[in-house]
Amino acid sequence: MSSFLEVKDLSVRFPVESGVVHAVNGISFNLESGKSLGIVGESGSGKSVTSLAIMGLLKESSAQISGSIFLDGQELVTASERDMQKIRSTKISMIFQDSLAALNPYFRIGKQIAEVYQAHNKVSKADAKNRAIEMLDRVGIPNAAKRFSDYPHQFSGGMRQRAMIAMALVCNPKLLIADEPTTALDVTVQSQILELLKDIQKEFATSIIFITHDIGVISEFADDVLVMYAGRAVEKGSVVSVLTKPQHPYSWSLLSSIPDLNSHVTKFHSISGMPPSMLELSKGCAFEPRCDFKSHVAGGRCAMELPDLHSLAESQTQQSRCFLSNSDREELLVPRQFLDK
Amino acid sequence: MLKYFSRRLISALLLLFFVIFVTFTLFMAVPADPARLSCGKTCSEETRMRIRHAMEIDLPIQEQYLRFVKGIFVGRTYNKESVEPRKCDAPCLGFSFRSDEDVTQTLLRRAPVTFSLALGASIIWLFGGVLLGMASALRRGKFIDKAVQSFALFFSSLQIYLIGWVVSLYLVIKHHILPTPTYVSPFDSVTAWASGMLLPWLTLAFISMAGYARLTRAGMIETLSEDFIRTARSNGLTKTRVQFRHGLRAAITPIVTIFGLDLGGLLGGAVITESTFGLKGIGTLSLEAVYELDLPLIIGTVIFGAFFIIMANLIVDMLYAALDPKVRISK
Repeated sequence: MSSFLEVKDLSVRFPVESGVVHAVNGISFNLESGKSLGIVGESGSGKSVTSLAIMGLLKESSAQISGSIFLDGQELVTASERDMQKIRSTKISMIFQDSLAALNPYFRIGKQIAEVYQAHNKVSKADAKNRAIEMLDRVGIPNAAKRFSDYPHQFSGGMRQRAMIAMALVCNPKLLIADEPTTALDVTVQSQILELLKDIQKEFATSIIFITHDIGVISEFADDVLVMYAGRAVEKGSVVSVLTKPQHPYSWSLLSSIPDLNSHVTKFHSISGMPPSMLELSKGCAFEPRCDFKSHVAGGRCAMELPDLHSLAESQTQQSRCFLSNSDREELLVPRQFLDK
Repeated sequence: MLKYFSRRLISALLLLFFVIFVTFTLFMAVPADPARLSCGKTCSEETRMRIRHAMEIDLPIQEQYLRFVKGIFVGRTYNKESVEPRKCDAPCLGFSFRSDEDVTQTLLRRAPVTFSLALGASIIWLFGGVLLGMASALRRGKFIDKAVQSFALFFSSLQIYLIGWVVSLYLVIKHHILPTPTYVSPFDSVTAWASGMLLPWLTLAFISMAGYARLTRAGMIETLSEDFIRTARSNGLTKTRVQFRHGLRAAITPIVTIFGLDLGGLLGGAVITESTFGLKGIGTLSLEAVYELDLPLIIGTVIFGAFFIIMANLIVDMLYAALDPKVRISK
């Protein structure tokens, strides 16, 4: 089956006064129709820039994009703004983290949704309104016809995120990019929103790219995972394999940082050091300065040479960007609490 | 909403009372005897006393104040008991010392000039300023942005009496490109009214436009970086729709506020503009009143101006509630 979305060697650079910010450096991934991909990584790892590049929302004047993004066989990197306007919302939609800021405070929520529907479909105002109410109802807004006329600040955080989802889905897109949609919500609401997204994915057969820095969310949600560090994929594979048999030291660290409810730890694991400056790409592995296992690779190779993203012997689907040999990995593979989950 | 409105209205009325009180007190504090001022150079003690009585300034001060306030709100009659009582309808601001004319009538006679000037100029500067600011914000860093910025800096540094006179000299007197500024009632002839006011409108508008262009530019640039603009774009709305419907809508709120206040201030009299172009409006009236120490007229123009500024504030508050859904709901 051919992939619905194919991102090949995508790089995004932002020239700034003090140099060039290498935000994304050669990311490739495929997403099949109806599947979901989780992209994990810390702030500044290039997750959001990748998704904005897919949406074509990066400013041409400030971002240099190379590589290719194929959606349904159409190249998006070179597509005109006019073509992108047609693609947005009908083929790809995006929901954002901070729903209060992401909804226009001056317009009624229902109107904002209806506006999107009307922009892409030749329908009357009344039809667009009905469609908006239908969508609000679908995402679980009680009394949708009445809440249509509310302003964003009258909705609770969870309801706003539901409204964002309604707005993103109003034109039946094939792909939904969710950029940390649950980060600003409390845990119970967070799980409700995740449930909603799951339901919707089933119902509409939408592919979802789920961007988060919360690995727990990914485990619940995605089919595949892409772990990003400093604008590069350091590990990718199916959710089960990456979460149960992570192969990259960065993934190990991320997973070890999840506190265990069952043990009485007083100190949480943290990754020492800071993420690297994106202004200068290191010759070697970007994670090398913070890696606890670099001494296992002979001759300081980690600092000198960038490892490839390569398949692992036991699994063809899982790939990792690390010089550690498979036997080393087996040995080092730290027992981790998440394995029980 | 009604509660919000009535609360604002009450505070506006209180403020107006306060202004009346202060103006009246200042009037009383002036060490000039109004009767002497009005009875000319050869003034016998007897005439002076008679005038004092006719003006009702021989009464105790608190009585004078009460009558003054009463005059404003319900009207008053001077020298009720005498053979020739003088009626003054509300809002009564007394009679001029110089012309003996009813101050309210004088103000009303001069007001259309000021109103024409203020409304015409403010509409030009509002639309011009917002358009220039938009153009500038949308082409940030480009030629048009720099041009607008220099234009704004240039005009906001100029004073109206300077460009007013320079423009009058070259465009009206020497080259007859623009008609001489005069006031013709728009009810007599709209074209004569517009052409007579054109020069004052443009001069006043260009100077104020600069500020509005800058304000719009800053507001638009800030708004365009908001998350909801990104959302609108991510929903595939067209550029124009994103910029005008979503962008300008958010950026316009503070501009409307300032516009209301500026307009309110201008309605109370544009002293410099009016005197630069020799227009007989409230502004020049207040100048004349000051030169001639015509106290009732001074008080009249002050209260008149204060009234419009207070009203403008009230309207801006109302508009704000209409423009910002958050204000609308919470009050």
